[in-house]
Formats: sequence, structure tokens, C-alpha cells
Amino acid sequence: MTATAKVDKSAAQGRNLGEFFFSNATRIAALLTLGLLLAIIISLVHGSWPSIKQFGWGFLWSGEWNPPQDRFGALIPIYGTIATSLIALLIAVPVSFGIALFLTELSPPWLRVPLGTAIELLAAIPSIVYGMWGLLYYAPIFSEYVQPALAATLGKLPVIGVLFSGASLGIGILSAGIILAIMIIPFIASVMRDVFALTPAMLKESAYGVGSTTWEVVWHVVLPYTKVGVVGGIMLGLGRALGETMAVTFLIGNMNFFNGFSLFLPGNSIASALANEFAEAESPLYTSALLELGLILFVITFIVLGLSKLLLLRLSRQEAVRM
Amino acid sequence: MDLREKRRIINKIALGLSLLAMLFGLFWLAWVLFTTLRLGVAGLSLSLFTQMTPPPGAGESGGLLNAIAGSLVMIVLAVALGTPLGVLAGIYLAEYGKHTWLGRVTHFVNGVLLSAPSIIVGLFVYAVYVARTGNFSATAGVFSLALIVLPVVVATSENMLRLVPDALREAAFALGAPRHVMILKVTLRASLSGVMTGILLAIARIAGETAPLLFTALSNQFWSLDLNKPMANLPVTIFKFAMSPFKNWQEIAWAGVFLITLGILALNIVARVFFRDQHK
Repeated sequence: MTATAKVDKSAAQGRNLGEFFFSNATRIAALLTLGLLLAIIISLVHGSWPSIKQFGWGFLWSGEWNPPQDRFGALIPIYGTIATSLIALLIAVPVSFGIALFLTELSPPWLRVPLGTAIELLAAIPSIVYGMWGLLYYAPIFSEYVQPALAATLGKLPVIGVLFSGASLGIGILSAGIILAIMIIPFIASVMRDVFALTPAMLKESAYGVGSTTWEVVWHVVLPYTKVGVVGGIMLGLGRALGETMAVTFLIGNMNFFNGFSLFLPGNSIASALANEFAEAESPLYTSALLELGLILFVITFIVLGLSKLLLLRLSRQEAVRM
Repeated sequence: MDLREKRRIINKIALGLSLLAMLFGLFWLAWVLFTTLRLGVAGLSLSLFTQMTPPPGAGESGGLLNAIAGSLVMIVLAVALGTPLGVLAGIYLAEYGKHTWLGRVTHFVNGVLLSAPSIIVGLFVYAVYVARTGNFSATAGVFSLALIVLPVVVATSENMLRLVPDALREAAFALGAPRHVMILKVTLRASLSGVMTGILLAIARIAGETAPLLFTALSNQFWSLDLNKPMANLPVTIFKFAMSPFKNWQEIAWAGVFLITLGILALNIVARVFFRDQHK
């Protein structure tokens, strides 16, 4: 009897040991994932320290990017990053809303999955494919047909006309913004579709019951109910657009001077400046300035994506409470 | 026009616009895929798989053998490195750490890392590895790809494990199974198809990643499987060739684009079908 008790005890010890190792292995893996974030921030701050010391806060609003003289400012790439992302949002948000509306309310049920998958495949196509196709096939058509048409219509308006003036190059801030829009539509649309589907059927049926049209149900019931999630989806799209690299690198024109506010002009974004210049940066200060650009990009996207995550979490929590 | 008529017309217009939005999305997908298909198939030839990337010059012929091999090597190693870590972290988030601060914070941070710009990962690996060792290398490329695989695998394994009903866990506990046995033999097994789907999607995600390789693995015009040297890979080769003025380079780049896109779309569709069939 004592013998079996002993065996049991050592078996139990073995199991405890297994449990100890396994649970700690998973904990360490989680810590490493968390540590990755800290490591990225620390290494970027460390790498950009010479540039931070040299240029101080002025780095953020200086428009000079002059590698031969080792003088650097981030204004042009920051402007390009924000301008292209805003253009992308301006196009992608209404289109994604339309797609989500179509998929949840309008599409025949048997078409929902294939159409939803097709839109999601837009996100699966690698950035470099958008870039190459954009440069060689989309840009020529854009400069020949779309840009002259925009210049002849929107370009004639007061105030905003300035945005649509100048030579039709095919590449530039507007061109890159449009490609970005296509690339973020799948992200925004699928979040919108998923949160729209969260609306309780009873709410929608009540609205239909008092005689609302489909549009009124979506606009006055579904959208207010899911607005937190919709904003979360838009932020996710924005976060993606800000950091998108290869497609923008092909299409933005990589120009480090500010020539005016026209969106037809080439520019530069943080990500494309990094992609183009980092491997060739000669002086340590140049490398450091590029790392500081990376740090700025990471901080901005982290805030945007963090907000997006918080909003989406809030919607799912609110959902859990109501159910 | 009475109010009812007006509301009906507004409804028609809105639904018409939503149909247009759908067509707008499909239009770009069709255009990109059609261009890739047309030029990619035209550029396909046996030499693509038997010859190295050509040297600069208009008349030089060549293929993509070294780039394809390099990409495969780096993808396999990155997945081998990132997957176990990701699955373990996913297990922690779904099983052990659901209600701990570490679990909550890591869940949040992982969600952000999932969408963080991949070029930043390249910068990070450059700063901590390439700058230390002093040269671009395939190892650095593998590290950056593994860091992109990690959050994808963490997120999918966590989500899939959370889908497993608690009744299964309780049943295992009732039989006296310790927690790690319960996880390995019950919940992980129940969510295996989901975890596999996550791995497939992670492969699809890194197969076309260019930005993190630009200053880690760089590229190599020649055949090399030495992990301490720059290694040729499809995305960076395509980037270089697409930007070049040589017609034959562009043709090869299109063939490369076709191979990558085909592979990624196939992985995506297989992952979806596989997952759906398992969960019917």
C-alpha cells in the first residue's frame, strides 16, 4: 500500500512538473510577444538618438531633407503620409459602407460568402503587386483620363481647385491615395460587415414593422447601434494606410521638396522614404534621421491602431452586456 | 411628390449606390488579377525555374530560380520560428492568462502588432541584428518574417481556443487531467484546424512581404543558401526588376508577381475551405 502511494506521489509530482514547465512556457511566449513591442520602441529610440539630439523637436516641422549636408526634417514625409491616408479614407469609407450594406442587407444569401471573400482577397494581394500594377497600368490611365477630367471639373472650383491643378503625371499624392483606398477597403468593409451583423434582429424588425425602408433601417438603426465599431474599423483602415509601404513607394514619386498643395504633385511618405533611402544611407546621422522617421510612424500607427482596438472591444463588451 | 414617394426614391438611390460600391471593389480586384494573369502567364517559361536572375542589361536572359529558392527557405524558417512561439502565447492568452494583466495587455498589444507597418519590423531587425553583425543576411530576413508571423499565429490560436466550449474543459478536469494535459489533448486538438488555418494565412501574409526584407535579407543576384549572406527572394527581386528600364527584367518581374499572387490566393482559399469544412 505504501508502495502504491509512493508511485502516485511521484506521478503527481511529474504531472506538477509538466504543468509547471508548460504553463511557464506559455507565459514566457506571451511575455516575449509583449516584449517585442517594448524592444521595437527601445531600439528605435536608441537608433534615432543622435538625430533627436541634433535636431530636437524642430525635426517634426522642418521641411528640409538634405542628405549631402546632413540636415533633416520630417515635415515632407509626414505631410505625404497624412495626405495620402486622408485621401484613402475619404474614398474607402463610403465605398466600404456601401459594400457592407450590400453584403448584409441587399445581396442574395448565396452570394454573400463569395462576394465577401472576393472583397477580402483585395487584402490578400501583396502590396508590391499593387505597386507594380499601379505604376505600369493604372498610372498611365490615371494621367491620361482621370487627372485631366479632375482638373477640368474640381480644378475650376475656388479654394479646393488648387488641389487639382498642375501637370498630369500619373504618379503623385492623389494617385498613391487612391491605390491606398483600394488596399484598405477590405479591412474597413469586413469590420463594418461584421459589426452590422451584430445588430439584434429584433431592433431591425421593429423598424421594418413601423414601415421603414431598408436605407432608413441601416441609417437610423444599424449605424447608430454599431457606430463605435464602425469608427474602430475606420481607424483600423487608417492605421493600415499610414504604414503601407511598397505600393506607395511605387506611386508617390519620392520627392523630398514641397512645391505646393496640388495633390497631382509627387511627394514622399515616411514608409516610402524608408524603403527608398534606408539601405543607401551613408552617414550615421542620415540613418539615425530615418530611424527617427520610423519611430514617428510607429508611434502614430500605434495610437491609431490602439484606439481602433479599444473601440472594437467596447462594442463587443456592450454587445455582451445586452445579450 | 409625397413623403412616401420621396422615401422610396431615397431608398432606391442608396441601395443603388451600395451596389455600385460593391462593383467598384470587384472592378479593382478584377483589373489587378487580370493584368497579373495576362502578363504573368506570358512571362512563364521553363527557364524561370531553371535559371538564376539575369545580370543588368537588355538582352540577358534569366529566371527566378535563386529568388524562388531563397523565398521558400526564408518562409519555411520564419514559420518554423514564429509558429511554436505564437501557438504557446495564444495558449497563454486563451487558457492561462484570460483574467491576468499580462493576458489582457498582451492581447491588446498583439492586436496592434497584427496591423503595425511591416517596414518597422524591418527597421527593428536592422537596428538590433544587421547593425550589430555588420552585414545584411538571410538570418535577419528570417527574423523579420518570423516577427510578422508571430502576431498572426498568436491571434488565430487564441481566437480558435476561445471557441472551444468550456464544457469540454470541465469534462477533462473532471477526469482528473491536469491543465496542460487538458490543453494539449483536448482544447488544442479541438481547435487544430483553426490553428492550421492561422499558419496558412501567416504564410500567405509573409510570402509577398517586401518592406521588411529590404534592409535585412536584401537580395542576391546569385545562388546562395548561406544564411549569413544576403539571400535572393521573390519580393525584393520583383521590386528591383519592376523599377528597372529593362523590358526582360519587367517580364520576369511579372512572372514573379504571378507566382506570388497565385500562391497567396490559393493559400487563402484553401485556408477558408479547409476551415469551413472542419467546422460544418
